[in-house]
Amino acid sequence: MAFDKTEVEKVAQLARLHISDIEKDEVTGRIKDILALIDEMQSVDTDAVAPLAHPLDMTQRLREDDVTESNRRDELQQLAPEVEAGLYLVPKVIE
Amino acid sequence: MIEKTVAELSASLSRGDISSVELTQAYLDRINQYNSTLNAFVTVCEESALTQAAHADAARADGLTSPLLGIPLAHKDIFCTSGIKTSCGSKMLNNFIAPYDATVVSRFNDAGAVMLGKTNMDEFAMGSSNETSYFGPVKNPWDTDRVPGGSSGGSAAAIAADLCAMATGTDTGGSIRQPAAFCGITGLKPSYGRISRWGMIAFASSLDQAGPICKSAEDAALMLNAMAGLDTKDSTCADVPVEDYMADLNNSLQGLRIGIPRQHFAEGLSPEVEQAVREALGVYEKLGARLIDIDLPNNHLSVSAYYVVAPAEASANLSRFDGVRYGYRCANPVDLEDMYKRSRSEGFGDEVKRRIIVGTYALSAGFYDAYYRKAQKIRRLIKQDFNAAFQQVDIIIGPTSPHTAFMLGAKTDPVAMYLEDIYTIAVNLAGLPGMSVPAGLANGLPVGMHLVASDFAESRLLNVAHQFQLNTDWHRLRATAFEEGH
Repeated sequence: MAFDKTEVEKVAQLARLHISDIEKDEVTGRIKDILALIDEMQSVDTDAVAPLAHPLDMTQRLREDDVTESNRRDELQQLAPEVEAGLYLVPKVIE
Repeated sequence: MIEKTVAELSASLSRGDISSVELTQAYLDRINQYNSTLNAFVTVCEESALTQAAHADAARADGLTSPLLGIPLAHKDIFCTSGIKTSCGSKMLNNFIAPYDATVVSRFNDAGAVMLGKTNMDEFAMGSSNETSYFGPVKNPWDTDRVPGGSSGGSAAAIAADLCAMATGTDTGGSIRQPAAFCGITGLKPSYGRISRWGMIAFASSLDQAGPICKSAEDAALMLNAMAGLDTKDSTCADVPVEDYMADLNNSLQGLRIGIPRQHFAEGLSPEVEQAVREALGVYEKLGARLIDIDLPNNHLSVSAYYVVAPAEASANLSRFDGVRYGYRCANPVDLEDMYKRSRSEGFGDEVKRRIIVGTYALSAGFYDAYYRKAQKIRRLIKQDFNAAFQQVDIIIGPTSPHTAFMLGAKTDPVAMYLEDIYTIAVNLAGLPGMSVPAGLANGLPVGMHLVASDFAESRLLNVAHQFQLNTDWHRLRATAFEEGH
């Protein structure tokens, strides 16, 4: 699986990261090294093996759909970079 | 006083030899004296610590006797603390003040412990040397030109230099055990699901687990007693009964079957580290244990499987940092996309960005089967290796790390850094409890011995570690420069 600069641009876009032109070569090289390490996995035949998603042989608990938290909107919004009248502000999306 | 274990301090406090306020002040003085050298703490809470200590003293005067009452501790800066900054070692959260306490934090508060502050760490717990922290690296008290290990390096260095009596850490691939080994202290990663992760900033959700970083196995048991147990706020927290982890500490090791994995004593292990661990195993033989060679045949695949699973889960977990609700936002974004991209690119450091890219790639259309699914299959093989081993033995022992603490700046290649965790990562993939205890010195630097038990067998793990510490003094050893009175 070839991994090149175009691939880095594509994946960075998916992850909403900006990689500058100066960084691109180094990032591509580093990621290629990491993928080479990861590719050691391909040396083992795992066709008959079931994937293990989670180390515990348990199902996640469900609970009643009750309201358990109080409304702390104002307090929580104090953490936001920009709010107005209880709304989170972002740059204009619709022209 | 400050070099004493939690168990000893607890006895001193209950005898009235010292008050929690005096003890807390002694540690605050230590922090003031040494933190500029070590960079172990990113936040020190002098005022609130002294208030908590005064409350603890008052509660004791009223007849309360919890073993952690009035004991000063430090939390890794990955645990949310109400009203006190939680940065996770990142510029992204440099302005983040959590509106609530993590369950681990609440449990220590309920036990009457005193929080001295928050400890430095690799950014979002991604690193094995503490060098990825936005706040600069922590220095190893044994040699300040060396790394303390990571990612819980601040907590480990703080314990090793007696800047606190106990500390918390988290371990996704070795982040409690490797720094414990490098700093010559005791660290426990409990079974996956043993401790609530509510309020603990997520890195890789199928691997992350909190645990104690401290001065002895007995202290780890005392801390685990406070930390472990079901929390309805964390749906991955296991509904498995909590034992009294102090109860089995003094069990005899006569007839104990210790598995020695051939793969952990193979090429790549420093001869000095091997010698120290072999000598430690000799101590166990004298205590009546039997050493049995075992195989963990898929161990060599653990690092590659981990570097799919962990980055994939991290890329999903870290997608929440978008510059909208909390955390860093870039200046003057031209549009929404620019805001997302620049906030994330400016807020995250290089290693975090690398892992997000690897994880996003592994999960992207067309690659899922070849990477994430393949890694989950390897994970099954690794778990099966351990299951088979625990049919034959009661505990597995080897080195925690292939060598002792390395020099700051020595490992610039990410892949070389990833291979640091070659003996610890498989334990996270399998969800098992693992521990590192000091087992000697190699060229003047601490060597860690790695103990692994089966699912939820923390009592056994602590028993085996405690018996070693009753018969050796390695856990009492301090770097000369940080011995009390120095």
